[in-house]
Amino acid sequence: MQLIACPWCGEREEIEFHYGGQAHVAYPDDPYALDDDQWAQYVFFRDNPKGPFAERWVHAAGCRRWFNAVRDTVTHEFLAVYDVRAPRPLLTGSAAAAQQRKGQEAS
Amino acid sequence: MHPRDNAPATPGDALPDHPDFLWRNPDPKPSYDVVIVGGGGHGLATAYYLAKNHGITDIAVLEKGWLAGGNMARNTTIIRSNYLWDESSGIYEHSLKLWETLEEDLDYPILFSQRGVLNLAHSLQDIRDSKRRVYANQLNGIDAEWLEPDEVAEVCPIVNISPDVRYPVLGATYQPRAGIAKHDYVAWGFARRADDYGIDLIQDCEVTGLDIRGGRVTGVQTTRGPIAAGKVALAAAGHSSVLASMAGLRLPLQSHPLQALVSELLEPVHPTVVMSNAVHVYVSQAHKGELVMGAGIDSYNGYGQRGAFHILERQMAAALELFPVFARAHMLRTWAGIVDVTPDASPIVGTTPVENLYLNCGWGTGGFKATPGVGWCYAHTIATGEPHPYNAPFTLARFTTGALVDEHGAAAVAH
Repeated sequence: MQLIACPWCGEREEIEFHYGGQAHVAYPDDPYALDDDQWAQYVFFRDNPKGPFAERWVHAAGCRRWFNAVRDTVTHEFLAVYDVRAPRPLLTGSAAAAQQRKGQEAS
Repeated sequence: MHPRDNAPATPGDALPDHPDFLWRNPDPKPSYDVVIVGGGGHGLATAYYLAKNHGITDIAVLEKGWLAGGNMARNTTIIRSNYLWDESSGIYEHSLKLWETLEEDLDYPILFSQRGVLNLAHSLQDIRDSKRRVYANQLNGIDAEWLEPDEVAEVCPIVNISPDVRYPVLGATYQPRAGIAKHDYVAWGFARRADDYGIDLIQDCEVTGLDIRGGRVTGVQTTRGPIAAGKVALAAAGHSSVLASMAGLRLPLQSHPLQALVSELLEPVHPTVVMSNAVHVYVSQAHKGELVMGAGIDSYNGYGQRGAFHILERQMAAALELFPVFARAHMLRTWAGIVDVTPDASPIVGTTPVENLYLNCGWGTGGFKATPGVGWCYAHTIATGEPHPYNAPFTLARFTTGALVDEHGAAAVAH
């Protein structure tokens, strides 16, 4: 089973986690200012990339805390985990290399 | 004299001639009236009905891999039309009616077997929802009935209707006209007839870009060179978001792995199709004898055509509780396809903000049953520029207008 590195508990089996979809989707500051298209985008439309994807996970059967991760949707490899309040990390080191490798394969 | 005439016979030495190929394997021409992106069931059926119903034959079907090697080769072949809402009843029942005459129409055996489908209820709420769906189906002229547990056992004697299991079978909806077909034969049947019409089925040809000028699509870039097109129709299932983004379109889709498995070949033991949303499993027995089981989607987005083992483990546990007789069966093979899921579990079939670019996606876990029906309606949409009445409700705009077609109850895990 795939291991996921919870930022607080360390590596645990995938089955302990629940998926939360795309990260960094903020509730609109002023929902009443949105037109129908903008509201539809907020409610129904999410990115669906083939490759690295910033997404939310919760360690449901562990510390029950949410965190963010950048995961490759083709290989399912976790490239980074980070705090929900932090911006999406610029990948460095081996993770960046992995991402670059995939970019080259795709092109 | 053959040099080996005096040699001892070697296995494979005297093979019969290769049978006729069912379709040519042409190189792409520089230009077509219609380019269909995706050579799966939907793309092939759309090409066939464009030719048959609308007289359009200057068509290329572009497939990045081999013909019908994506979800068309990976589904669990269940065909039914017992969906809740009028919109869904329209298109799925249209499809089921086409299935009933498809073998003659294609002049090709597709092993369509109307062995019925049972959708099990395991809780009081399941019973209420199921009966509501039965009554809605009956109002739409669809053959649906409610069965009590003993009647379920009459239809499918190997289902465990004992009350002392974790999720007892409290009844089921039953659609006798539902069934299964041989997915590969369906694809080959459509491909052969499309090829007869002169349609080019082009394999190993991945679309890498869409040419858009002044809000209008004029062609595609592919790994086998640029191809000009009067109209471009997407039919790429799990990769629809990737293609649409080439046209600057964002779709309300999430691509997930969906897993299935087969057992070794067994004597006929399972006479129908059994689905259970609550315990996440659906089971039939293919003509050849293997048990075919499907799971729910893996929770996370994925394009890798593989899923996690614990999903299969849970699905097998559910299957064993429903069918104790399967305890000694061995799993032979597992695999995954990539399904594109919409927020309301209904498809998107129609026009796009880009002129002459058409969209067929979002079938999620249930595209196979719709193959002839959506081919028919999508062809109409492409040929006339206007949606067919059966796919008119399934617009991209419904996520803005709010006119959703919520089929989570009838589709859910087991579409």
